[in-house]
Amino acid sequence: MARDLAEAARAARTPAPPRRALLLRVLPTGLYAGRARVLLERSALANRRAWLTLLGGFFEPLFFLFALGVGFGRLVSQVTGPDGHPMSYVAFVAPALLAASAMNGAVYDATFNIFFKYRYAKLYDAMLATPLGPVDIAVGEISWALLRGGTYAAGFLLVMAGGGLISSPWGLLALPVALLEAFAFAAVGMAATSYMRSWQDFDLVQLALIPMFLFSTTFFPLSVFPRPLQLVVECFPLYHAVEMLRGLTTGWVTPAMLGHAAYFAVMAVAGSVVAAHRFGRLLLR
Amino acid sequence: MVAATVRDVTDVCPLVKAAGLVKRFGPVEAVRGIDVEVRRGEAFGFLGPNGAGKSSTMRMIGCVSPRSGGELTVLGMDPDTDGARIRARLGVVPQEDNLDTELTVRQNLQVYGRYFGLSRAHLRAKAAELLEFAQLTDRADDEVDPLSGGMKRRLTIARSLVNDPDLLLLDEPTTGLDPQARHLLWDRLFRLKQSGVTLIITTHYMDEAEQLCDRLVVMNEGRIAAEGSPAELISRYSTREVLELRFPPGEQPPVEPFMDGMAERVEALPDRLLFYTADGEATLAAAHGKGLRPVSTLVRRSTLEDVFLHLTGRSLVE
Ligand SMILES: Nc1ncnc2c1ncn2[C@@H]1O[C@H](COP(=O)(O)OP(=O)(O)OP(=O)(O)O)[C@@H](O)[C@H]1O
Ligand SMILES: [Mg+2]
Repeated sequence: MARDLAEAARAARTPAPPRRALLLRVLPTGLYAGRARVLLERSALANRRAWLTLLGGFFEPLFFLFALGVGFGRLVSQVTGPDGHPMSYVAFVAPALLAASAMNGAVYDATFNIFFKYRYAKLYDAMLATPLGPVDIAVGEISWALLRGGTYAAGFLLVMAGGGLISSPWGLLALPVALLEAFAFAAVGMAATSYMRSWQDFDLVQLALIPMFLFSTTFFPLSVFPRPLQLVVECFPLYHAVEMLRGLTTGWVTPAMLGHAAYFAVMAVAGSVVAAHRFGRLLLR
Repeated sequence: MVAATVRDVTDVCPLVKAAGLVKRFGPVEAVRGIDVEVRRGEAFGFLGPNGAGKSSTMRMIGCVSPRSGGELTVLGMDPDTDGARIRARLGVVPQEDNLDTELTVRQNLQVYGRYFGLSRAHLRAKAAELLEFAQLTDRADDEVDPLSGGMKRRLTIARSLVNDPDLLLLDEPTTGLDPQARHLLWDRLFRLKQSGVTLIITTHYMDEAEQLCDRLVVMNEGRIAAEGSPAELISRYSTREVLELRFPPGEQPPVEPFMDGMAERVEALPDRLLFYTADGEATLAAAHGKGLRPVSTLVRRSTLEDVFLHLTGRSLVE
């Protein structure tokens, strides 16, 4: 009798089977419990006092915008915009800084923070002892990194709008594009983190990010490079983000945008798959 | 009706059944073909020295480590295909605490419950109940890091109960705790057992195994050396009493002259001789008669420690 009551209580508590996104329904249940959302809840709680860090990530590109746009912009009064017409330097550089801040926010979270949680806090070991699987972890953590990158982007976009640096209604699409970019960088960042052996390896992350930040037509147009270097720059993911965001904020929208977006979609999917697979292998030994 | 049948089946089936279970890490064979059955409601122990393969076995049962060979069912299901469903009904206390250091004590319980898909309202009440159980109510809103080792361990145990598990896996629950903290934990585990939770415990403390386990296996180098209740093992592999003779360093006599007649068995440890005998006092008198002059003597009951020494030829407490 007592047993029956306990059993009934258990049944009442048993959660309804979670809704699983169509794409993820094909995965075996051992890898995915459909509960990536609770990782976001956890991250929100864990970061409840990290608003200072968030604020820093928001102001960093603003400082760049001020230094370059207002200071440097006095010297370089005009550059050639995506449509071939001259435009103000500050309007040229702003969408690139937007792209860079979305990238930095996402990569920082998906590399340093995830490595710490994996290697030192053993957070994922604790999670995998519950019904959660490696896909929940990958999706949950990538989503958080993407939210963080996306928050920076949204703040920066507001500043751009306030400063009159968005000259086209297409600019509204800049936010979803920045989110897609952050998603792609977060996914690839987490996948890369699964290969890191120690903190030293993170110097490689910096080594990849800094040239990308400086040369992805962030501060000057592609035309200043000789053709062979142009080809290299065109491979950088940040270049594609800058192209898209600069096009949208200036209203120069071409079919090439779809190609750029596809680049990020592939990055996002490939990064997520590798991250889930690798972390599954590392943790479930 | 159907539900009742299902429950009856799980009632008679062992909660954990392993046959020829193997775990390999590359060339290292951590578990070398063990057969284990854990029944509903019992407290089952894995006893063994460092590297015996206890944690490797627990991780396989916990469905976080795929087996390399053999058969394994947990709660009647196969970990390879039903891992998530099994884990939903397990509570796990890992060998090393992995509490969430970015959350408070209370949040650790609530967020962990969310991983099981439990509702926030349910977890608010559950967390309060578990905080009480772990005697951590007054630390509920503190960070985890500054807690003492014993408090962290209690919190980890409380966390493992958040989903009201059918089976609780405890990997060395009291290692590194002071005697008082150990006794408090034993009391908590005992209460859980009374409430019908099945426990699997690994330990290298003999007294812990004797206190907590209904049945246990002694593991050594990946194999099971013996199986039974603590009392059975003691009666099978040891004598009723043990006489310990301590000698000053370097003056311990060889064992050979005492092998015949004085005791059933004599073991030499670095600092003392152990005589396994039915009557310790009589053996002590005989030892004095043979001219032995130890610095101290002790007649005591036989323990699992002695079983272990007999089975593996080495002492657990070095
Ligand atoms: N992830 C791993 N990779 C490689 N070898 C491992 C791994 N985990 C355990 N081993 C090896 O397997 C063997 C058994 O280890 P295990 O942790 O199961 O022992 P244990 O009985 O729990 O020991 P202890 O009492 O020290 O916790 C050891 O030789 C260990 O080095
Ligand atoms: Mg162990």
